[in-house]
Amino acid sequence: MEKQIKKVDLIFGKVDHLAILDACFKRTRDEIILDVIDSGLRGRGGAGFPTGLKWKFAKNEEADQKYVICNADEGEPGTFKDREILTQVPEKVLAGMALCGYCIGASEGYIYLRGEYNFLLPPLYKAIDEFHQKLKKMNFDFTIRICSGSGAYVCGEETALMESMEGRRGEPRNKPPFPTSEGFLGKPTSVNNVETLVFALMIGQEGPTKFKEMGTFDSRGSKVFSVSGDTPNPGIYELELGMTLEQFVEEFGDGDTKAVQVGGASGFCVSRKDFKSTLIGFEGIPTGGSMMLFNSSRSMYNILNDYLEFMEEESCGQCTPCRVGCQQLLKGIEAVKKGIKPPSYLEDLQKLSDTMRIASKCGLGQSVPNPFNSIINNFREEIIY
Amino acid sequence: MTKIKELVKEQAEKHGRARTSLMPILQEVVRSENYLSEEAMEAIAEELDLSTADVFGTASFYTFLDTVPRGKYVIRVCKTITCHMKGKDEIIRTISDMLKIKLGETTTDKKFSLLQANCLGWCHKGPVMLINDEVYPEITPEKVTEIVNQYLKKG
Ligand SMILES: Cc1cc2nc3c(=O)[nH]c(=O)nc-3n(C[C@H](O)[C@H](O)[C@H](O)COP(=O)(O)O)c2cc1C
Ligand code: SF4
Ligand code: FES
Repeated sequence: MEKQIKKVDLIFGKVDHLAILDACFKRTRDEIILDVIDSGLRGRGGAGFPTGLKWKFAKNEEADQKYVICNADEGEPGTFKDREILTQVPEKVLAGMALCGYCIGASEGYIYLRGEYNFLLPPLYKAIDEFHQKLKKMNFDFTIRICSGSGAYVCGEETALMESMEGRRGEPRNKPPFPTSEGFLGKPTSVNNVETLVFALMIGQEGPTKFKEMGTFDSRGSKVFSVSGDTPNPGIYELELGMTLEQFVEEFGDGDTKAVQVGGASGFCVSRKDFKSTLIGFEGIPTGGSMMLFNSSRSMYNILNDYLEFMEEESCGQCTPCRVGCQQLLKGIEAVKKGIKPPSYLEDLQKLSDTMRIASKCGLGQSVPNPFNSIINNFREEIIY
Repeated sequence: MTKIKELVKEQAEKHGRARTSLMPILQEVVRSENYLSEEAMEAIAEELDLSTADVFGTASFYTFLDTVPRGKYVIRVCKTITCHMKGKDEIIRTISDMLKIKLGETTTDKKFSLLQANCLGWCHKGPVMLINDEVYPEITPEKVTEIVNQYLKKG
């Protein structure tokens, strides 16, 4: 039996965040980490690493200082949910950071806020001031600061983000070492997406069961989706995980949806024929929240061209497969479109994009083949003619 | 001491002279000077005990840390996919006609620069633009004319 899409209100619902923290501080950090592991919560920033495990790794490190980082760089095209969360329930994000700090043993937290969201700085500073005062009364030592970005998508990648915080070019580091052992300033660091932190807080309140009961085996709970493109209802929706793309399109499509890009410029394009068989989540196609709908009036060539331009501009240029690969893919589809190269050239380009997946240093270059291959495989004629 | 050097010094005192202060200092200088001049970058390098090349190398990585002179008001129109679909080209044409500058240019009175940016995080309300830190979602050629007119009246 297929499930209907269920709307959920864990993220945006108002709660007594201080009472939740108070109750959590009375339990051991191991208990809370176990709850977060048991809930099945996986990171909401894209990569989907189990949050409880990440906290456990950071907790197990011995160090004089550890850090919590809230990743609010939100640069993936089609994603705008973190901005809304930080606007509507900043106190829940801050409390999620404090909870993480309690669990891993960190007394300092940073929010890395993209420069495009600078207008959020005054209300965030206000919320942080109030929160600090409350923490003081609770005798919990935790300080939150904000670092601003300056317009670089790649700085959302957690190691590039820390490079940027340290005052350098936002060039991703090699992994390992992972941030949980050597992160910001070389200290153990837990980098978590804005939404992830709020879910962790809610699991701190309700325990793991309610969360675990929602969704599917690999994709527990709910997720905030950013819906844009050709839809009569663009916006931000928290939905239970486990729906098929067909159900999603029934709810949000305009009746003429020919494709959905799941996961933004680094995600996959799914065409109408596969809506029914595609699950949105880690067993199907995962998304950090970005869902862009395209109807039959749209040229998939233009869409692919936009995505490649985006990647080409945002590539940090540090490694050759990504720097040169993005340029060549972009030039390549133009050449095929203009008839300078034969259609069979697309196969060569797909080989190049496969190489980028294997040889690129970070997730940016590694994920360029996602939109590239999925759009070419589904809409080959539109790319050629 | 020149005005820039004073500004840099003041910011270094405020944020500290560790490398982690480099970004906030660069951002403050851009906020008040509209860009990072050679003089500013040299002053920052001196204050933080870094090489000028290192400061320039860092600054030039970031789209919002301009190293060429910009206007007092920097207009950044989102050009990414959904804003493209929803008519960002018309928005740019409208602004370009009003201010008589092309994309990437600055008006001769140094008041406005017109640029494009990648996804600004308002895709459900595109097309969208930033003027400095201020966001303008759901713009149309008519609305944008009104907005730019307001800025023209401002100092
Ligand atoms: C190019 C690139 C951009 C990314 N941008 C973001 C981002 O804007 N926000 C985010 O939370 N994670 C982003 N990530 C994922 C982060 O590296 C990291 O996995 C995440 O912040 C961890 O938090 P989570 O486990 O809560 O998802 C990005 C990754 C890559 C490769
Ligand atoms: S894959 Fe691209 S963005 Fe990532 S390190 Fe290499 S050049 Fe930089
Ligand atoms: S595409 Fe323009 S704001 Fe996202």
